[in-house]
Amino acid sequence: MGAGHAHKLYRHGHSPVHGLPPHTKLAAVFCFVIVVVSTPREAMWAFALYAVLLAAVAYAARVPAGFLLKRLLIEIPFVAFAVLMPFVAQGERVDVLGMSLSVNGLWGAWNVLAKGTLGVAASVLLASTTELRELLLGLQRLRLPPLLVQIASFMIRYGDVITDEMRRMKIARESRGFEASGVKHWGVLAKSAGALFIRSYERGERVHLAMVSRGYAGSMPVIDDVSASRAQWSYALTLPCAALVVCLLGWLL
Amino acid sequence: MTVSPTPLSPASLEVGGLAYAYPDGHQALFGVDLTIGRGERVALLGPNGAGKTTLVLHLNGILTGGAGTVTVAGLPVGKRHMAEIRRKVGIVFQDPDDQLFMPTVREDVAFGPAAAGVKGPELEARVHKALAQVGMADFADRPPHHLSFGQRRRVAVATVLVMEPEILVLDEPSSNLDPASRRELADILRSLDVTVLMVTHDLPYALELCPRSVILSEGVIAADGTTGDLLADEDLMRAHRLELPFGFDPKSVKV
Repeated sequence: MGAGHAHKLYRHGHSPVHGLPPHTKLAAVFCFVIVVVSTPREAMWAFALYAVLLAAVAYAARVPAGFLLKRLLIEIPFVAFAVLMPFVAQGERVDVLGMSLSVNGLWGAWNVLAKGTLGVAASVLLASTTELRELLLGLQRLRLPPLLVQIASFMIRYGDVITDEMRRMKIARESRGFEASGVKHWGVLAKSAGALFIRSYERGERVHLAMVSRGYAGSMPVIDDVSASRAQWSYALTLPCAALVVCLLGWLL
Repeated sequence: MTVSPTPLSPASLEVGGLAYAYPDGHQALFGVDLTIGRGERVALLGPNGAGKTTLVLHLNGILTGGAGTVTVAGLPVGKRHMAEIRRKVGIVFQDPDDQLFMPTVREDVAFGPAAAGVKGPELEARVHKALAQVGMADFADRPPHHLSFGQRRRVAVATVLVMEPEILVLDEPSSNLDPASRRELADILRSLDVTVLMVTHDLPYALELCPRSVILSEGVIAADGTTGDLLADEDLMRAHRLELPFGFDPKSVKV
């Protein structure tokens, strides 16, 4: 696979993490997130240890810290909510820098922030070491309903086609002197969206025709079956297992 | 170049008395008779709305239920042999974006044989062979939307060739192609040892590739003969709304 046609989150490489079968990575990230979420929020050191674990994975995957941190910014809109919590939550209050904050709210904010950041970081690591196509194969392997996998795979295939169609319609509108500048133009935009929907629907019918012509009978044939050895599974599951130990310690101590 | 149909092997395609009306009552075909021998390359010409697409969709049983029969290599098109028929009749649709629906070229070409149960190294070998036939073997792992239009059309041909079809049906193969891609596709089609039915408005292309042409007009076969003769018959051409490009004289072309 060359450059230029991988998705933006993916970072090309040949690290041991890149080489793992996709379904083991998916399972590992999923378990890791579950473990992180079930950790008591008071065990702050546990979250630090989780971060260290992720840093170790990033190191093994040769994903530079800057790359990872930049992609973590996607979290910001969700974090904004967490920042509000100390101000609005009820209960016992403390004074910080002259502001009266709720203790409960502070713990809540910390909880959302820490768990959210760790979850996003794990997902970013997964996305930067696994290609979209592989992710789909992994999901298929993990027995996700085949219809969902098919829909996702069509989304990847036709996303660009439909975006391109949208762009051409926009150019056609603008070439005839249209510029969306206010509410009164929303009608035109809504009609364009409707036209795009109908075109996509018709394309769907043509695609289905082409599929039926080539022997499609309701289920996608399995072309690439991914399988993982015991060693690959244990390597991938090192992360959630280590996290589980930390989590148990967090509950016990 | 062209193998004349031998009486021993059944014709690749036999259409007899085919008539069809759409559910809304519009009748598209009024008794079409057409026989194409093994190894022939035939152009299906006709104005818009003549019923060309309707005819094509009958060849692999997408449309059924009208009067008449369609037989592919001796096998009647019908519910009983549908999988076999769809393997034998390879249709290349006009828009390669409709035809190529899988995330990568390799998977797209593998779709048909995999649906028929081919697996493992045999599947790999067939995919590679089909891509090599259209000169696209180096693009196997690319997603289709990163290819040029001409390349996509060639991959679309490969997705059908990989099924080792009895007859290759091409819907407007030269549409939207630049002259170089058009010639490349012609070279590929000429190099294939397969029966071809080519639906087209591109009359010079038909003359270049197909020794024989049939004109479908108003739901019936209006003419059937060597492409050069048909294109040179001005009255016939005018009667069926077929026009040659400006300055093109079929009599001056040596095929």
